[in-house]
Amino acid sequence: MSRRYRTTRRAFVGGAAASLALARPSFAQASANVVVIGGGFGGASCARALKWLAPKLQVTLLEPNKTFTACPFSNDVIGGFRAIEAQRFGYDKIAAAGITVAAQAATGVDVQGRTVTLADGSSLRYDRLVLSPGIDLRFDALPGYDEAAVEVMPHAWKAGEQTLLLRRQLEAMDDGGLVVMSVPANPYRCPPGPYERACLIAYYLKAKKPRSKLIVLDAKDAFSKQRLFQNAWTELYPGMIEWVSLSQGGKVTSVDPSTKTFVTEFGKHTAQVANVIPPQKAGRIAALAGAADASGWCAIDPVTFESKTAPNVHVIGDACIAGGMPKSAFSANAQAKACAAAVATLLAGGAPAAPKLINTCYSLAAPDYGFSVAGVYQPKNGLLADVEGAGGTSPVDAPREFRAREAVYAQSWFDTITAEVFG
Amino acid sequence: MKFLSMVLLIAAVGASAAPACAASLPPTGAASCSGCHGASAAAVPRITGRDAGEILTLIAAFRDGSRPATVMGRIAKGYSDDELRPIAAWLAGQK
Repeated sequence: MSRRYRTTRRAFVGGAAASLALARPSFAQASANVVVIGGGFGGASCARALKWLAPKLQVTLLEPNKTFTACPFSNDVIGGFRAIEAQRFGYDKIAAAGITVAAQAATGVDVQGRTVTLADGSSLRYDRLVLSPGIDLRFDALPGYDEAAVEVMPHAWKAGEQTLLLRRQLEAMDDGGLVVMSVPANPYRCPPGPYERACLIAYYLKAKKPRSKLIVLDAKDAFSKQRLFQNAWTELYPGMIEWVSLSQGGKVTSVDPSTKTFVTEFGKHTAQVANVIPPQKAGRIAALAGAADASGWCAIDPVTFESKTAPNVHVIGDACIAGGMPKSAFSANAQAKACAAAVATLLAGGAPAAPKLINTCYSLAAPDYGFSVAGVYQPKNGLLADVEGAGGTSPVDAPREFRAREAVYAQSWFDTITAEVFG
Repeated sequence: MKFLSMVLLIAAVGASAAPACAASLPPTGAASCSGCHGASAAAVPRITGRDAGEILTLIAAFRDGSRPATVMGRIAKGYSDDELRPIAAWLAGQK
């Protein structure tokens, strides 16, 4: 922990004591502490939005990693046409915006005492806590897949070393080898991500190892942007990708890392390169704070993103169940800004307005072949529901120029959102 | 009487919140725009600081399909004119 951070934290404790003595909402806001856990698209966006909306708030961002590695576009790294460095972002600009960035993990939350415990044993008091911890892998959900297995059968569902490991395995594979991917049931991070990955692995194989094949074992019978992906597979990679749906026996019941074997109800598949995208849940701190339910995810109020089970705790991004909104970086960023507005309003003694949110999610089937799904959402019956008549996917029958333009827009989106969050 | 109490309550909340907020809260639905429309020289154009009337005209054209789009047609259909007017005015006032 830096000296600057220690000093700031002492100042926080003083601020908290002062806020207790002053009943007026404006003063409560002026000295209030908001702690944000998780420095990804959700947490970093929320910290910045809070400081921008209410500059007098004391905002602390807790994130143990010094560098963030983005998941969107990490499939390009696996496909071999993007450097991992293009995925990495630091927190200097966030600190420069007046946010205390603490490179520490949160190890516990006392919801009654409104205190977060840190890895070094110290603690931080908060008036409002925002959780944006992303996902954890469920090692209890797929027999054979444990923390050691990820080094042999990478998930690559948290970008970084895992992304590079899967890439290296593809590079080391012989032409004519078999790649097998497994895809979990809903919900999980990035609904179309596995199918984009299938495309971009096939893009690499087609160019460098054209006798190879890719099998996608799926625990579902339908998936996001399905017709667009399947048309792209036929058009770009004929005969290379085999998708095995749930009803065809695609659900993986166990894996054997010693032989890189996937076991399904219908048989076994032994791969040269094995990519297991396992079942997931909200990041660990959500359960420790009492914000995750039996499903492993966090139920939230659709207006404020406040947890339905942990008072004064708000959950955004992949960790929450946000009705119709998928677990995407765009969703996390949009939710972060709405949550920041709600938290600032609540701390000022006001009543937050119902938000209206957008999600846009691009997928690439090749470097110059993109398509998207979009949605508009608002609170309805206690959930974030699709606004009827809006949203939907790119047209199925669009010309290649349209796909090329969406690929350009995809890159533009990534540049813009990472500049807003980290730049 | 009840209506008057509500008005007073809203006025009180507004007054207490105002001094602590440097920026006014964006109107409902405006905050998501910056997910794509940023300040950089990206392919998707910047919209902050543009004329509010121009923004409204463009969104109306995306919504009725008279202006071709990849994504904006699908998003514009989720907003009513009443929702769009404050959003356009707020975007126009941003740097």
